[in-house]
Amino acid sequence: MSRLLEVRDLHTHFFTRDGVARAVDGVSLSVDRGEILGLVGESGSGKSVTGFSILGLVDPPGRVVSGQILFDGQDLVAGGEGALRHLRGKRIAMIFQDPMMTLNPVLRIDTQMIETVRAHVDVSRDEALRRSREALVAVGISSPDERLQSYPHQFSGGMRQRVAIAIAMLHKPDLIIADEPTTALDVTIQAQILSEVQTLCAEAGTALIWITHDLAVVSGLADRLAVMYAGRIIEEGPTSRIIAAPMHPYTRGLIESVPHGKRHGALLSQIKGMTPSLLKLPSGCKFRPRCPRADDACTPEPPLEAARPGHSVRCVHPHTESRIEVPTT
Amino acid sequence: MIVYLVRRAGQSVLAVVAMAVLVFLGVYAIGNPVDVLINPEATQAQIAATTQRLGLDKPLWQQFGIFLGNAIHGDLGTSFVYGRPALDIILERLPATMELAVVALILSVGLGVPLGVWAGLRPHGLAGKTIMGGSILGFSLPNFWQGMLLILVFAVLLGWLPAGGRGQTTEFMGLEVSFLTLDGLSHLILPAINLALFKMSLIIRLARANTREVCLQDYVKFARAKGLSGRRVVMVHVLKNIMIPVVTIIGLELGSMVAFAIVTETVFAWPGMGKLLIDSINLLDRPVIVAYLMLTVLIIVTINFLVDVIYSLLDPRIRLSEMKG
Ligand SMILES: Nc1ncnc2c1ncn2[C@@H]1O[C@H](COP(=O)(O)OP(=O)(O)OP(=O)(O)O)[C@@H](O)[C@H]1O
Ligand code: SF4
Ligand SMILES: [Mg+2]
Repeated sequence: MSRLLEVRDLHTHFFTRDGVARAVDGVSLSVDRGEILGLVGESGSGKSVTGFSILGLVDPPGRVVSGQILFDGQDLVAGGEGALRHLRGKRIAMIFQDPMMTLNPVLRIDTQMIETVRAHVDVSRDEALRRSREALVAVGISSPDERLQSYPHQFSGGMRQRVAIAIAMLHKPDLIIADEPTTALDVTIQAQILSEVQTLCAEAGTALIWITHDLAVVSGLADRLAVMYAGRIIEEGPTSRIIAAPMHPYTRGLIESVPHGKRHGALLSQIKGMTPSLLKLPSGCKFRPRCPRADDACTPEPPLEAARPGHSVRCVHPHTESRIEVPTT
Repeated sequence: MIVYLVRRAGQSVLAVVAMAVLVFLGVYAIGNPVDVLINPEATQAQIAATTQRLGLDKPLWQQFGIFLGNAIHGDLGTSFVYGRPALDIILERLPATMELAVVALILSVGLGVPLGVWAGLRPHGLAGKTIMGGSILGFSLPNFWQGMLLILVFAVLLGWLPAGGRGQTTEFMGLEVSFLTLDGLSHLILPAINLALFKMSLIIRLARANTREVCLQDYVKFARAKGLSGRRVVMVHVLKNIMIPVVTIIGLELGSMVAFAIVTETVFAWPGMGKLLIDSINLLDRPVIVAYLMLTVLIIVTINFLVDVIYSLLDPRIRLSEMKG
């Protein structure tokens, strides 16, 4: 059976006045039905653009230049807008980072939910309203009838994100792309929403791509991790393997900069240097200027290759040993 | 909501009173109307009698009180030229001006919003650039000159439309209107376009700028991610957000539309209030000038009040915060 989503060698570029920003430059990843994939990387590494590319929502001056996005066997890049519109919201949904900005401020919640239902199924307004109410209850919103008649500004951030999740779950999609949906929220609300989404997706059999720059958030959630750097996937594999034995020097740096209880207060190891500008990337391995292991073998750029079964890495000198300190979670 | 309306109405009344003070000071208190009214050979006694009859010997604040008291009863003086109450003369001309202003407003919003949104959705396309180019012309060429050009092209060169006047009018809800007869309509088109062009250009630019801004918002992307049709995204999600600034600007501009009508009415010999004002200034018919100013203020203040009500209906954030406050 084919995988639910398979992205092959995706390139999405922004044609700006200053030059071409290769925000996504050869990303390949895949998601199985019901699986949770954590897409991790620093700010600007191209995580959001990858998510938007899958849904065909890249705004000009950006565009998907090449690659394949196979969803349930159908190529979304070749299919164009017509094919995508019927998948969006129905089989692939998205949740955004800033809940303050995702709901239209001048439309009532019921309007924004009912239109989502009726965009895909031909039901009466009453039936659409009934489904909307049900979806709100499922994400833990009490007195849904009152809430439906409110405007977004009457809700707190966490509440708005719940509404956005309820909208995403309206059609029980096969895949949800969640773009840092908890980053803007309080830690306690973050944890609640995290576990709610996990439960909902498990119940509905929905696969999840959870985009984040915070490894700690995703390590307890994801089945597999894909680590992005400068528009590429540089390491990909089962979450437990990557946390215990990261092979790419960048991933290792990321993990070691996550604080744990035991080392609290100790100096965290940091990745030196800055994220490179997309307009002038180094030749060879894009991590080369920051990498402690770099040498002449690192040009040309290494491909993403399986180092162990199900665990691939884009590096000529990968770490092969486990980390000394395995975090206890 | 009620509290908001009452407070807003209070502000409107204040604005009218403030304007009454200005009009009074500007037209009545500066200079001595007796000099204009009375025969230059009059005796000192006659001058004193007239001054007393007009109440000009009283202190300024008392004069103002009388002026205001009369104004509230609809008495803004008697026209020197027509010998009839100035307000009646203005009111006779009001429907012509309002018809012109309303048709011009409908034209400028009805064409300006769709053109602006279109240009905003495709800012780099040929159509978008053409629309913007046109709006710059509509914006920067003087109004009277545009009017004369319209007359030159459509009345003189092509001979399609009459150059001036109001044409045949019919009774509609107790008012004389032009738009219901073919002849009246043909007279209405050019002045309405002339009056609409400037506002339309303004609305195009406003709608375009707001469309571009709204389209970048997350909620538009989210609406698309929900699988809505492009039509629904634009007609509901984008349009409802850009209508808030558009309605504001319409409110601000409708009043100035009545004022701008002075130019258009003069160019097209349209028998409205604006043309009457110019004639009255030439004839030094003070009561008519005062009546014009007071009535215009009243119209503008009323329109602004109505716009604020519509505005609060459009934007739930205002409605609620004002409700609490
Ligand atoms: N509208 C745009 N115009 C030009 N370049 C853009 C645009 N949107 C994104 N980019 C480029 O794409 C790069 C990747 O952006 P993206 O939003 O995918 O990063 P991210 O990994 O999601 O980061 P963050 O954690 O900050 O959300 C940016 O650094 C930027 O150079
Ligand atoms: S390829 Fe070389 S430079 Fe790149 S991460 Fe591996 S060791 Fe470092
Ligand atoms: Mg992002």
